[in-house]
Amino acid sequence: MQTSTSWRSFRTAAWLGWVIESNWTDPFLFAVYSIVKPLSGAAILVIMYGVITEGNFDSALFPYIYLGNAFYIYVGAVMTGVSWAVVDDRELYKTLKYMYIAPINIPIYLLGRGGARFIVGSIAVLITILTGVFFLNVNINLAEVNWGLFFVSLTIGVIMLALIGLMLAGWTLITARHEGFIGEAVAAALYIFSGAVFPLDVLPEWLRPVGYFMPTTYWLELLRRSLVGDVAQAFPTLSQFSNLEILGVMIGLSILFGLVSVWVFKICDNIARENGMIDRTTNY
Amino acid sequence: MSTLAIETKDLGRIYKLRGNKKKEARKELIALQDVNLTVKKGELFGLLGPNGAGKTTLIKILTTLLSPTSGWAKVAGADVDREPDLVRPRINMVSGGESSGYGLLTVRENLWMFSQFYGVPSKEANERIEALLEMIGMKDRMHTKSSDLSTGLRQKMNIVRGFLTEPEVLFLDEPTLGLDVGAMRDVRKFVLEWLRADKERTLLLTTHYMMEADELCDRVAIINKGRVLACDTPTALKQKLQKDVLFEIHTSPLNGLTPQMLVDQPEVTKAAITETETGAKLSLSLVEESALARVINLFTQKDIKVMNLNKREPTLEDVFVDLVGRSMAEEEDSGQPE
Repeated sequence: MQTSTSWRSFRTAAWLGWVIESNWTDPFLFAVYSIVKPLSGAAILVIMYGVITEGNFDSALFPYIYLGNAFYIYVGAVMTGVSWAVVDDRELYKTLKYMYIAPINIPIYLLGRGGARFIVGSIAVLITILTGVFFLNVNINLAEVNWGLFFVSLTIGVIMLALIGLMLAGWTLITARHEGFIGEAVAAALYIFSGAVFPLDVLPEWLRPVGYFMPTTYWLELLRRSLVGDVAQAFPTLSQFSNLEILGVMIGLSILFGLVSVWVFKICDNIARENGMIDRTTNY
Repeated sequence: MSTLAIETKDLGRIYKLRGNKKKEARKELIALQDVNLTVKKGELFGLLGPNGAGKTTLIKILTTLLSPTSGWAKVAGADVDREPDLVRPRINMVSGGESSGYGLLTVRENLWMFSQFYGVPSKEANERIEALLEMIGMKDRMHTKSSDLSTGLRQKMNIVRGFLTEPEVLFLDEPTLGLDVGAMRDVRKFVLEWLRADKERTLLLTTHYMMEADELCDRVAIINKGRVLACDTPTALKQKLQKDVLFEIHTSPLNGLTPQMLVDQPEVTKAAITETETGAKLSLSLVEESALARVINLFTQKDIKVMNLNKREPTLEDVFVDLVGRSMAEEEDSGQPE
């Protein structure tokens, strides 16, 4: 019964999320948006990099930051997607209360909404990486890609991001105003502390432990290593660790973050129920 | 097996309101106090009260959206606070006066999606959707995006959403709020048809429309400032207020008939006469309706013609005024949040 409830919660939520994500405009505009948005984000980074390095796109630093930035799209899509579902359903569609009284598993429902964002995010990631490969000299040799490591890392990472999103969803539930910014603020903080576009060594020494504690740091490192192994390993931050060691640390931290997230969500959910916040709207 | 669909015992809810300034102490607002209610299976039970009376708070507690601060409540035999997972598959709710729903989805998609959350097989869900939309008169809008619907049609779609899952206990919170007269009539007809189709179905309706409660409900609880002031059938509530039967009669000129002559008749307790352009208007208070025959007989003796005769019964508004001392509109002006 429980499995069935969870499965129908996830399946229907993912369907709803996909319909919302893909139907907000006509198919042509959706396709244009899906291409233009990730490319615009990448273009900003490429231009900044080009100016700072005076066009040194052959440096190993470039694929490092380019791929880090590309995969970071998942953080915005999946993590923020899960927490944003609370804002969407409560403020915009005014359906959150109906979801809450339905016989579904609310955390699984929210994860399902994030699942739809994963699909949209994957399109953006793929487009960004292909652009890098074909136009910006990001050299990925398909024969040398560690596909097993790539898919294992990607899967665990996406689940980890969705669970962190659940923690933010709980926080969003009990936040009366500005709840929409929670996901963005956390995503921005993770961008700095996860080594997405620069190695953690660049950070002041006292801030580095924050980065070492983030599972996203190891996730991005593994994705880069699986696609462009030698280049990624040339960077000092985690070079002394093997892929397996990094994978172990990532799994451990993901489990820890996952458990904490579920716990935080439950607490916030109780607070929301006790204080009548589930159907509260701020009217702006 | 219990015959009760809803049961509450000393149910209470206090909200802690934060002041505008951070240092300001939190104020307490008593939204519900010592609410004791029982609703039998198959009943259409009404909660009648002004805005801010506590109706929505009670519904939120009964639908597991809000925890009570005192007492307990059971719906379909399960405690709403301790066993919400047992309550949810057996209930549903519709709130009026809001435009909820996913505007990007068609009416059918919106409804189908909610049916899936309740585990209704897809084929069966589609059949139910079609039948219910037909019943409420919007089958032709099945494939319209809900963002393109008028407020009234969107509200009707939401009502169908509530009924679609065939709940044992359905909560309708001001379902006709903001609807035009025609839509209100459609909704009331739909509600009654649905309820009568299965004797196990129970419906709790909140409204501040007196006529709606009177017309639809088997029993009504009058609620104000978080307290249940009275609970009975609409007829019994009105009878408790006034045992006499009231008549208003327009006649031709009275030909010397005086109020005293009327009061002298058995079972006529009060009589008042007002002269009009064409004759007179009499307001009579009778112990029994049968006393009217004696009055008419007196008219005949005096050669008085009856132009118009209206029986005026006490309304639920009269009951509310009697219980609270003010009309509902005056109570709403006091401005307590719901």
